[in-house]
Amino acid sequence: MIDKSSVDLTINTDLARKILTGFIRSEITRMGFSHAVLNLSGGIDSALSCFLAAEALGPENVLAIRLPYRTSSPDSLEDAQKVIEATGVRSMTLEITEMVDPLFARFPDMDNVRKGNIMARQRMMILYDQSVVFKGLAVGTGNKTEMLLGYTTLYGDSANAINPIGDLYKTQVRQLSRDMGVPSSLVDKPPSADLWVGQTDEGELGFTYAEVDQLLYLLVDERYTPQQCVETGFAEPFVRAVVDRIRRNHFKRILPPIAKLSNRTIGYDFLYLRDWGT
Amino acid sequence: MKISIALAQFNTVLGNVQRNLDKHMDLIDQARSSGADLLLFPELSLTGYVLQDLVPTIGCRPNKDDPVFRPLIEASNKLDLVIGFVEEDVRSRFYISAAYLSRGEVKHVHHKVYLPTYGLFDESRFFAWGDAVQAFDTRFGRAGMLICEDFWHSSPPYLLWLDGADLFLLQSASPGRGLNNSPILESARWVNHILRAYSSLYTSFVAHTNRVGYEDGLHFWGGAAVYDPNGELIAQGPYEEEALTITEIDLNQLHRTRARLPLLRDERTALVQREMTRILSNQSRNIGR
Repeated sequence: MIDKSSVDLTINTDLARKILTGFIRSEITRMGFSHAVLNLSGGIDSALSCFLAAEALGPENVLAIRLPYRTSSPDSLEDAQKVIEATGVRSMTLEITEMVDPLFARFPDMDNVRKGNIMARQRMMILYDQSVVFKGLAVGTGNKTEMLLGYTTLYGDSANAINPIGDLYKTQVRQLSRDMGVPSSLVDKPPSADLWVGQTDEGELGFTYAEVDQLLYLLVDERYTPQQCVETGFAEPFVRAVVDRIRRNHFKRILPPIAKLSNRTIGYDFLYLRDWGT
Repeated sequence: MKISIALAQFNTVLGNVQRNLDKHMDLIDQARSSGADLLLFPELSLTGYVLQDLVPTIGCRPNKDDPVFRPLIEASNKLDLVIGFVEEDVRSRFYISAAYLSRGEVKHVHHKVYLPTYGLFDESRFFAWGDAVQAFDTRFGRAGMLICEDFWHSSPPYLLWLDGADLFLLQSASPGRGLNNSPILESARWVNHILRAYSSLYTSFVAHTNRVGYEDGLHFWGGAAVYDPNGELIAQGPYEEEALTITEIDLNQLHRTRARLPLLRDERTALVQREMTRILSNQSRNIGR
């Protein structure tokens, strides 16, 4: 049994970069596309996806979209601009305020979570609409930590055609971002969904990414039982909360179940990869 | 005797046998013009790997009447070939198969014996398992073929060794996994560990090739390799990229290594048989079946 302090999430970033750029190139071109579209929030995850897509396809074949709301931090817009300049990708900026405010106004008692979800889904609508105009596929920006914790909006920021960074924990996203030259202001700032003023991921989740990544790595990758995680030094309530979060949010990670009636049902016994025939 | 072995590591089109066959013919031409005597293709080289419900639609039969195999058998007049494919037998059972083609004939067919069905693998859901591990004679001496999980188990290589194989021809479609701070993935490191071990323990030549490319989120790491009877790596293909790696092996090395290290001469096969009989007849213990 190891001590939690010795859990090492370090990856070989040259190898990760090679595999992930190859993935983007392969999965986009084999579907008959050559372009990628992604939403650039000003945070580190979308910055990394943008760097990877630009390297995989050439920056002229990548469209990065900035979609601020009126309360979005000006730093986010600025940091996104740094990514656009550093990678040389194409870009567009569209404020979503006038698109979502009428819906917010219709329900005056709407809380921040509902508003955040609506903003995330509005951004998804624009992403998919622009993917048609730009003739590209939507590249995802969700990392393994947020997918496991369910810290994502279903059919919002989680929607994409391919996700290059979904098997990297947040800590590993930081490491790869640093090595790929993502500007340090993005790598070093506290992660935030920026859905309301002063929001930070770690404040909202109640723990740090560094700590939860180590726990998730033991639970998921190394198949430790929750009890064994406690024995490595994690607080029991923390372990219990995280295990529960993973289970409760599983619905966000799979397609909705289909009620089986026939002898051959999509999802159960109609099984093909998406890359079928390519 | 020296022979030139070519190892193809290439990407396939998932479920499109004709396009993969075209690629085989190109690689056969390339290998031949480079003077290769034997060309080894990876596991399921004619079909791609994660086939799932495509399996029943892409089966071949390794004979001259089969439109896919006919040109390959014809091409084997130029150089010997090891092909990976889905085989449908006369009773419509599907196997992951490897065929050895030489001088216009099918010399041997191996059906994958171990079908991994755990973790990301789901092979025995779609395939029947093979039930034989046999060496066979080639114009370069006696050889044996195994497919991926077959040689993750130590017994099939051992059986081939006892059956006279001096040349192990191994195919994989090995998905890359286990990224850590090393420049080599855990899956690639593990496979090369055991290849080196087999060549050392069996004082034999081990040639291995593996797919490259992506199928949905999976990628295959390539890294073809040849180890000599001293356990030395004598040729290595690149990781993650298509390549045709060609190397010459000197079969006289078998003589030199085994003169120094007579592991084959000293192998106590009767003892193995006796102990296997005892172990397998012992019902009271939780042992291998």
